[in-house]
Amino acid sequence: MNAQTTTGQATGTRPERKVPPTSVRGAAMRGVVARPGHEAIEAKGWLRAHKWLLLRRTSQFGILALFLVGPWFGWWIVKGNLSSSLTLGLLPLTDPFLIAQQLAAGQWPYREVLLGGGIVLAFYLLLGGRLFCSWVCPVNLVTDAAAWLRRRLGLKGGKAPAANTRHWLLGFVLVIAAVTGSLAWEWVNPVSMLHRGLIFGFGLAWGIVGGIFLYDLLIAPRGWCGHLCPQGAFYALLGRASLLKVSADKRRDCNDCMDCFAVCPEPQVIRPALKGVGQDHPLILDAECTTCGRCVDVCGKDVFRITTRFNRSES
Amino acid sequence: MNDTMKPTSRAAASTSSPRRRFLKDAAGVAGGAGLLALGAGMYARQASALPATAIRPPGALAEAAFLAACVRCGLCVRDCPYDTLRLAELGDGVATGTPYFLARDIPCEMCEDIPCVVACPSGALDRALTDIGEARMGLAVLIDQENCLNFLGLRCDVCYRVCPVIDKAITLERMHNPRSDRHAMLLPTVHSEHCTGCGKCEKSCVLPGESAIKVLPIKLAQGSKAEHYMRGWEEKDAAGESLIGEQLELPVRGLEDKAYGDTRVRPGEGPQAPPAVPDYAPARPPGGGLDSGWKP
Ligand code: SF4
Ligand code: SF4
Ligand code: SF4
Ligand code: SF4
Ligand code: SF4
Repeated sequence: MNAQTTTGQATGTRPERKVPPTSVRGAAMRGVVARPGHEAIEAKGWLRAHKWLLLRRTSQFGILALFLVGPWFGWWIVKGNLSSSLTLGLLPLTDPFLIAQQLAAGQWPYREVLLGGGIVLAFYLLLGGRLFCSWVCPVNLVTDAAAWLRRRLGLKGGKAPAANTRHWLLGFVLVIAAVTGSLAWEWVNPVSMLHRGLIFGFGLAWGIVGGIFLYDLLIAPRGWCGHLCPQGAFYALLGRASLLKVSADKRRDCNDCMDCFAVCPEPQVIRPALKGVGQDHPLILDAECTTCGRCVDVCGKDVFRITTRFNRSES
Repeated sequence: MNDTMKPTSRAAASTSSPRRRFLKDAAGVAGGAGLLALGAGMYARQASALPATAIRPPGALAEAAFLAACVRCGLCVRDCPYDTLRLAELGDGVATGTPYFLARDIPCEMCEDIPCVVACPSGALDRALTDIGEARMGLAVLIDQENCLNFLGLRCDVCYRVCPVIDKAITLERMHNPRSDRHAMLLPTVHSEHCTGCGKCEKSCVLPGESAIKVLPIKLAQGSKAEHYMRGWEEKDAAGESLIGEQLELPVRGLEDKAYGDTRVRPGEGPQAPPAVPDYAPARPPGGGLDSGWKP
């Protein structure tokens, strides 16, 4: 993202316009590697500047742990994996992305799978589709690590495929399922493969996960989650009308440090809300926003917060 | 991005034919995505040929339907009390994430309540299977007649004795041992009608490395039926009588007093010598029980 001051209406009167030296923009001006979020740590303290990140990691590792204490210690709270699971012998949960493939392949599953899929579907439809990406998906840990390292090493450039490749890929995944009459994508799907691998054993799946890490690190910034993953695209579709949204409600305080753009996995979703491009309210309504809350964390000016889609207020 | 976006300076500076650019972009993207998906599809196609030793759990749908139904959750694996089942890992040669077992490692113990089938939420393991005796995971085949001890004339019988469906799925068929000419060979013989493919026989075969008897996917183990060939004896049983009427029994010179069809020539018997034993009947072991009397 190039630094530019825009013509949005939020640019009006701003109390402070000094760009912090460690921020993305400040570092670019001084020609050093940026430390996005540094400003926020100074302003809010480390803990508050990592609040959502910590919550998110707790959620990701907690979910993983629930699946792992079974095989590791014999405490069977949850059986199965993200594709389909049974909690306390009672609650079935199934990935609707899998059911979509099943139906495309012409297979009508049993009631449990449909019920479990319905529950998951309702959850993400209601709260936010790509919550799955930032709060549950294990691949997110890998791609976040790659993005972090990329920032830390100051790696620039790289070429990512167009962001809508994932939608095409999603379409093709379903077409291939219909053509082969099988869940073809599940042979290689890194999302289910990584989670299953952690619980049931990996085989060569490390290769695919490592490949994604290197791809994101060296070739395409945010390449996998931001451009290719059809499962993320599927969940984004679910999140079209969901409740939880990030709002740039204090956008008047923004000092253009660009730190939020640097940490956001889908940076293009921020501008309309923050700079008022094409919309007048400060809500990030783009379904590609994963509601990870990282922008909330790294903003030294506390511009963002997580709220509902009905809260269009600005302060 | 937001589709209500106002034309910014960047958009204005770009090419004058946005539609053509869009089409070009879309073609590139679709092509790339298509290639990726095609690769995945072709890999899936290729990997869907199940290796011969990988046996699906009881109640598994036919392989094609199974690959559409199984969501790779591993609940069947978890509920198998004998740790028989495992989920395929990438590189195993079985569709990644689908359950299978290797009989030589851990066979299926044929649980009466079939917990694996009960656990499966997707229908990949068919709940219509309620009697484990009806399971057809595969079919045992005595594949190496050169090394099977019973074929060598010994009495190993282990595969026969461990079979949960003993005397039905596997029997010992008594044959003349031509090597010693005075002993019998008891040949383990599997009957597809009753074999569940549990693999207990393969697991317990006493040979040191590979088993002489192996469970194979049914498609590999069985030939297709010769539909045009009527099995006279089956037709006769079905009809209650011979379809071609009673056969004229023509005497064979020198064998006049033998049962029809018994052309065996005993020592000293023959056209030259008078029949030594007038009422010949094939000998059977007293109260044998091993020989099921099965005929091909
Ligand atoms: S985009 Fe795909 S891999 Fe990335 S977090 Fe979302 S589901 Fe996981
Ligand atoms: S029948 Fe029993 S032993 Fe066999 S696979 Fe199922 S659970 Fe395991
Ligand atoms: S329980 Fe059913 S859906 Fe799950 S892995 Fe086993 S066969 Fe597949
Ligand atoms: S696989 Fe072997 S042990 Fe199992 S039923 Fe068939 S013959 Fe018997
Ligand atoms: S256990 Fe092996 S060696 Fe013994 S009779 Fe059976 S197949 Fe032959």
